[in-house]
Amino acid sequence: MKFTLRVWRQRDAAAAGAMTTYEVDGVSADMSFLEMLDHLNERLILSGDTPVAFDHDCREGICGACGVVINGQAHGPERTTACQLHMRHFRDGDTIDVEPWRAEAFPVVRDLVVDRSAFDRVIASGGYVSVPTGSAPEAHATPVPKAAADLAFDHAACIGCGACVAACPNGSAMLFTAAKVVHLNALPQGAPERESRVLDMVDTMDAQGFGGCTNTGECATACPKGIPLSAIGTLNREYLRATVKGRGNRD
Amino acid sequence: MTDYTAYGVGDPVADTKAPDGPIAERWDRRRFEAKLVNPANRRKHTVIVVGTGLAGGAAGATLAEQGYRVVQFCYQDSPRRAHSIAAQGGINAAKNYRNDGDSVHRLFYDTVKGGDFRARESNVHRLAQISLQIIDQCVAQGVPFAREYGGLLDTRSFGGVQVSRTFYARGQTGQQLLLGAYQALSRQIDAGTVEMHPRTEMLDLVVVDGRARGVVARDLVTGRVDTYFADAVVLASGGYGNVFYLSTNAKNSNATAVWRAHRRGALFANPCFTQIHPTCIPRSGDHQSKLTLMSESLRNDGRIWVPVAKGDTRPPNEIPEDERDYYLERMYPSFGNLVPRDIASRAAKNVCDEGRGVGPGGQGVYLDFADAIRRMGRAAVDAKYGNLFEMYERITAEDPYQVPMRIYPAIHYTMGGLWVDYDLQTTVPGLFAIGEANFSDHGANRLGASALMQGLADGYFVLPATINDYLARHPHDEVLADHPAAVAVVAEVTARLDRLLAVDGDRTPDSFHRELGELLWDECGMARNEAGLRKALGRIPELREEFWRRVKVPGTGAELNQSLEKANRIVDYLELAELTCLDALHRTESCGGHFREESQTPDGEAARRDELFSYTAAWEFTGTGRPPVLHKEDLVFEHVHPTQRSYT
Amino acid sequence: MALATRTQHAQHPQHPPSLLGSLWRSTVGKKAVMAVTGLIMLAYLVAHMIGNLKIFFGPGEFDHYAHWLRTIGGPVLHYEWFLWILRVVLVAAVVLHGVAAYQLSRRDLAARPVKYARPRARTSYATRTMRWGGVILGLFVVWHILDLTTLTVNPNAQHGHPYANVVASFDRWYVAAFYIAAMLALGLHIRHGFWSAAQTLGANSPRRDRAFKAAANALAALLTVGFVSVPVAVLTGIVS
Repeated sequence: MKFTLRVWRQRDAAAAGAMTTYEVDGVSADMSFLEMLDHLNERLILSGDTPVAFDHDCREGICGACGVVINGQAHGPERTTACQLHMRHFRDGDTIDVEPWRAEAFPVVRDLVVDRSAFDRVIASGGYVSVPTGSAPEAHATPVPKAAADLAFDHAACIGCGACVAACPNGSAMLFTAAKVVHLNALPQGAPERESRVLDMVDTMDAQGFGGCTNTGECATACPKGIPLSAIGTLNREYLRATVKGRGNRD
Repeated sequence: MTDYTAYGVGDPVADTKAPDGPIAERWDRRRFEAKLVNPANRRKHTVIVVGTGLAGGAAGATLAEQGYRVVQFCYQDSPRRAHSIAAQGGINAAKNYRNDGDSVHRLFYDTVKGGDFRARESNVHRLAQISLQIIDQCVAQGVPFAREYGGLLDTRSFGGVQVSRTFYARGQTGQQLLLGAYQALSRQIDAGTVEMHPRTEMLDLVVVDGRARGVVARDLVTGRVDTYFADAVVLASGGYGNVFYLSTNAKNSNATAVWRAHRRGALFANPCFTQIHPTCIPRSGDHQSKLTLMSESLRNDGRIWVPVAKGDTRPPNEIPEDERDYYLERMYPSFGNLVPRDIASRAAKNVCDEGRGVGPGGQGVYLDFADAIRRMGRAAVDAKYGNLFEMYERITAEDPYQVPMRIYPAIHYTMGGLWVDYDLQTTVPGLFAIGEANFSDHGANRLGASALMQGLADGYFVLPATINDYLARHPHDEVLADHPAAVAVVAEVTARLDRLLAVDGDRTPDSFHRELGELLWDECGMARNEAGLRKALGRIPELREEFWRRVKVPGTGAELNQSLEKANRIVDYLELAELTCLDALHRTESCGGHFREESQTPDGEAARRDELFSYTAAWEFTGTGRPPVLHKEDLVFEHVHPTQRSYT
Repeated sequence: MALATRTQHAQHPQHPPSLLGSLWRSTVGKKAVMAVTGLIMLAYLVAHMIGNLKIFFGPGEFDHYAHWLRTIGGPVLHYEWFLWILRVVLVAAVVLHGVAAYQLSRRDLAARPVKYARPRARTSYATRTMRWGGVILGLFVVWHILDLTTLTVNPNAQHGHPYANVVASFDRWYVAAFYIAAMLALGLHIRHGFWSAAQTLGANSPRRDRAFKAAANALAALLTVGFVSVPVAVLTGIVS
């Protein structure tokens, strides 16, 4: 297969970037999108060019490192991560646009690599259960209804790739934040910090420069792990509940 | 001509930290005998942790909770992405919730036996004891383990053991456990007790006056090379499976941290103990960048076969039943498709070597669910394996409900690693290694669902209890940034990077990595023999020489340069590969993941030679291309008597 | 070393000023303010629309109804007091809704400064037009008050004769057209806005999602048809 790639090239955070066109030949339909980029890079290196920088690691769709916008869609046309997207989903001869996640809170580091550390700060502000090592009670001391455990798992499946932010016209991190809030607030283990968690995480989310939610649903459509849009509704409920109940009692 | 197969033999190495006495009391005794650091003094001590996987994340969080100042590194953009995240199956713990006869002693026994009697009894027993606390800790963190309708934890049996002791969170247990550790770590980062350096890769170890006192690390975004000092250094940087190029490891998982530590004096133990996983998706072509594992549970209901005839290119559904060879069922009638990982892997290799492999390049065997679908119904198969079938279809574009899956073994885990004592301290005082980075606990073969257990045991419970002893004996003293030892290491690191950039040859870094990987896979993969290992040992130095002559690394060192990162890691692989082959050559027995063709029973099973090899091989570095020195640690079995495995 | 495990967040004031104040500080809270004010306006519009339909029963009934509105709450409330209270509440709702929307929109635009080379909008038209639709509705409300409340821009109108004023206004085709266009915009706004409010207030759930979407569509259709029926009736001579 043969493709025309238009790839965002940007030397570093401070430099201006531009779409640059490359012709890629000899692509196999079984290649993943990232393997196609590997293939391009091997050629670029040998021709004395600078290879395209992109984040990637596990290449099995679980680490959340990879993520590029392909033809305007986060992770491309299939509902999966870029590493699990295969070239058979494109037509031979296609022109493919490859861009980094675009959001003020995710500044471009180089080419297709962006800085997603804002996500880490959201988690660090409350996305945990405070249980120092060694202080845990026996695992069966608190039974967790299966429904709650399953709900928690569905939301814990988030891989933190940032596709939700990239897809959102407002660069909002609501789905990401909601996934963690729902995961932990659904469990009895998360109950003691239920109010402070949601208040702190939303505060941090706002402070990182993410946009607000306008309920467009683009995030949930782009999410490779199927975190449902309803998570945001639950986040809103938890936030309002905590604001009414926990006002003045935080920390 | 240099003899690349030569090595010296040095003094035996001994674990002086494990107490004697009844095995069940050793861990308690060690914790009691270990010196403690006064809580008020802990904040004066800085501990560097390299890596944020299950072991590193757990250790960083726990040490910070105890009051130490932690400085932590990961090459990923976030500590949440370490490759522990990809573990699917589950985590073992001797909770005996099923009342099915499990116990700490049984988990200990199974692990020693599963490791083919090449692990230290004291360590393994401690691991089994701690397994209980791990589950408690993770549940309290909010890890969403699978539960039954009554609200209690569900368990399953895994990896051929007879008890249900594996706790799991769907097929994403590693992810959920890692997120638990990551969240605990994040809490400490927010509290200011952990100074986190993401996108920063450790490139060397700083040893001052014989003690590990810091690391030299490169900021992968700016290219800045800096020295970080500490009172102790903990390596939690994972295994070295990527020396094979194609493995189930993450693309950037690498051996640089452990190999650099090895070069600075830490012994490297049992590098030839590598584990191959039988159920991976075969490679689809030369472009393949990594391999994807599918849960071993598929073998519970799938039947493995190849065509009877060589070079049979008919589609699988057109091959009649009597022209199929269900070779595992034929060779191992009692265990059938459920034989251990190494046996299943080797059998697949053998039939492919015979020319009966299927799929592109003949490197695959069928895993057929047609019978299971007939027997259980499509819905039941879907409920059990739906997500795996989906993953397979996404990657291969073949529907496993219609045509049999194709599988092939792949490198998956490395049991070898830095030699550590009972305290998880390497032979460099103040340098600790935890998780897959060390060699302990699994012997020559790791049981399924035990890697997560060991990583968390080391990180949450073992290291935080043993590192106190070292720190208490070495009161904090400042190392100055311009200490000659540190300056020299920085100069060395920088010189190496500059040299890589200066070669400006005509081959990409990946092309060397791929070539090295293929060589290693062919000669030091599932089955090894003397001729092949000698061939590899002759070829690796040539490849290393060629690398330094022909590699092309574009760009500069003062920027995000992924080619430079790769090339720098390959330098270490080119040395580690050599030691791996040498270790495999010297160990003329078969055990666990190490199968020497010269040492097998008449029916083709691995034959251990306890009288000669009941030891851990700990290697000392003497210089690139120079013969290493072997230090043996004799293994003593007081509680589990070595027996030969039999699965026929 | 218990302290070392404690996580503190200094950035929060210990005692936020008020519920509204603490809500106003965050994007989520501000959206909740928008949702509540939106629902207040929506409730008003439903009553307004039902009232409008009285026009089909002739000038007597319509004008009587308009007069009655001014006497609600009496004799406790003085003449027109209820109306003024309502107006204050509505103005507050409009202002809060508008200011919040403006502030959030500015924030949202700043959060995504760079567009993709090949944008793919997959959201509904209603969702994408919330901002400009809102602006149009705001302008419409101003005109609408000038036209039928203060009668400033309705040259043939007389105070105290609402039926005649409505007919006089809609007799001009361009006024009717503007009105109809604004009501279509209102329909779109409610279609996304009602469901969005449910989501924002956390009332939504996977089970209720379809019901809320259906209710949003029904409300949007009902209000649009109800409001539009009046100018159409005037233009076609059914009401004259």
